[in-house]
Amino acid sequence: MSIKTETMTLNMGPQHPSTHGVFRLLVEVDGETITKAEPVMGYLHRGSEKLAENFLYTQFIPYTDRLDYLNAMTNNYVYCAAIEKLLEWEIPERADYLRVIVMELNRIASHLVWWGTYLLDIGALSPFLYAFRDRDICLDLLNEISGARMTFNYIRIGGVKWDAPEGWVDKVKEKVKELRENIAEYDTLVTGNEIFQARTIGVGKLTKEQVINWGISGPLARASGVNIDIRKEEPYSIYDRFDFNIPTREEGDVFARYKVRIAEMYESLKIIEQACEQIDEGEIIHKKGARIMMIKPPAGEAYTRAEASKGEIGVYAVSNGKNKPYRIKLRRPSFVNVSILQDLLIGENIQNLVAIFGSLDIVLGEVDA
Amino acid sequence: MSQEVLDIIVKKITEQKGDEAIEEAKLNFDEPMIILDTKNWDVKTAKLLRDDPALAFDFLSCITGVDYEEHMEVVYNFFSTTKKHSMYVKVKTTREKPSVTSVESLWKSADYMERETYDLFGIDFPGHWNLRRILLQDDWEGHPLRKDYVTDKKALGLD
Repeated sequence: MSIKTETMTLNMGPQHPSTHGVFRLLVEVDGETITKAEPVMGYLHRGSEKLAENFLYTQFIPYTDRLDYLNAMTNNYVYCAAIEKLLEWEIPERADYLRVIVMELNRIASHLVWWGTYLLDIGALSPFLYAFRDRDICLDLLNEISGARMTFNYIRIGGVKWDAPEGWVDKVKEKVKELRENIAEYDTLVTGNEIFQARTIGVGKLTKEQVINWGISGPLARASGVNIDIRKEEPYSIYDRFDFNIPTREEGDVFARYKVRIAEMYESLKIIEQACEQIDEGEIIHKKGARIMMIKPPAGEAYTRAEASKGEIGVYAVSNGKNKPYRIKLRRPSFVNVSILQDLLIGENIQNLVAIFGSLDIVLGEVDA
Repeated sequence: MSQEVLDIIVKKITEQKGDEAIEEAKLNFDEPMIILDTKNWDVKTAKLLRDDPALAFDFLSCITGVDYEEHMEVVYNFFSTTKKHSMYVKVKTTREKPSVTSVESLWKSADYMERETYDLFGIDFPGHWNLRRILLQDDWEGHPLRKDYVTDKKALGLD
């Protein structure tokens, strides 16, 4: 005689510590096996794209800070780059170098937040403290140059807002050395840990085909053997001037994503070091960039993309020749990446749910826009 | 190089759909761009872009809508992970009954992006498995990114 069984629906969120924001996940479980997962989002939707249509071009930059607030520099950059493409402006060289330095510092800060909070999610408290110690080194540097720790509003159409304070570049060089030593500690602290490995190796596997079909980008894609990084594919800004590698792994599991992100931090440090060596004195903003009322791109449209810490961030901008954008579309990597949960969680054990969800590294400000 | 890619795209699509299918083909900031009417955009054409070895647009980066007041457009940004080239496809549709064939069965990344476009523009995507609102709540009235959308300031507490 067979026993009558039925599936159960579990609700996770909108308030759940592992979402680091407001995000709801409806899961159907058969015993302990997940049979269906449905992400529910929009709790943080602020209508950024609609707001953009009512602002001058420059006025929208602070709103991009609030998408992925852990990696705001790249958001600033990609929006400005889209407008600069429409304007066909040349950016002063020093501005490009400053942009690269701050974007890479921000990438490290973002990966550190992931590293700390991810381990917190799966039950290790102290790594969080190490991560935030090092993240503060990055944020202090960014604070000195931009005046803010997270919502920078630093990169402007045509260049950057402020020049580096005196001695800042030398200070960055010193801090890079310190960060490199500190990040090396992480391997001894966590990577080799048996419990950590038992929870992450072979868990939440993503295949190459899944990655491409679902439009997954960033470290998630590279941990599944898909070697795409926009910094190399279509070198924007001045990324073609630096010597760095794109860490990839073939396994596609949670542990691979962990390793890719750690390796990426070292590569970012390499880029920062080279940029600090090469940077020269000069202008920091296009001569028309400061007159914000006058920024009127000719009618047209452009899609620009950049490599954020979460993946491909893109801006599709349409101008009708006036001083306000006609349409701004923000392609947010977290929004696309989170859709994979519908597929990735099927067949996984419920105990792995948080370990997998956390490994995606999504930021809800960006998912909901 | 972009011009060559554009030529191939135009050739393949006209072979499949006839000479009139493509309304306009050009380079937009050195990237191929084609503009089609919604009646010439279907799963077969999309599949051609994905599966043809010379095109191989296997990665769908971005889908969005634009309301041009006279008509609406759905804009696709494709990228090829093997060929390393990218392109725009713009599909024109009417404002009264906007509808564009879904490509979600070919690229799963279209799943959420088409839902978002439906949510904010009210463009229908026949063939989508689960076309519901995604960012706004289910009982929201209207589609905010349409140019004729009136923001109810009172309801939002702004007035």
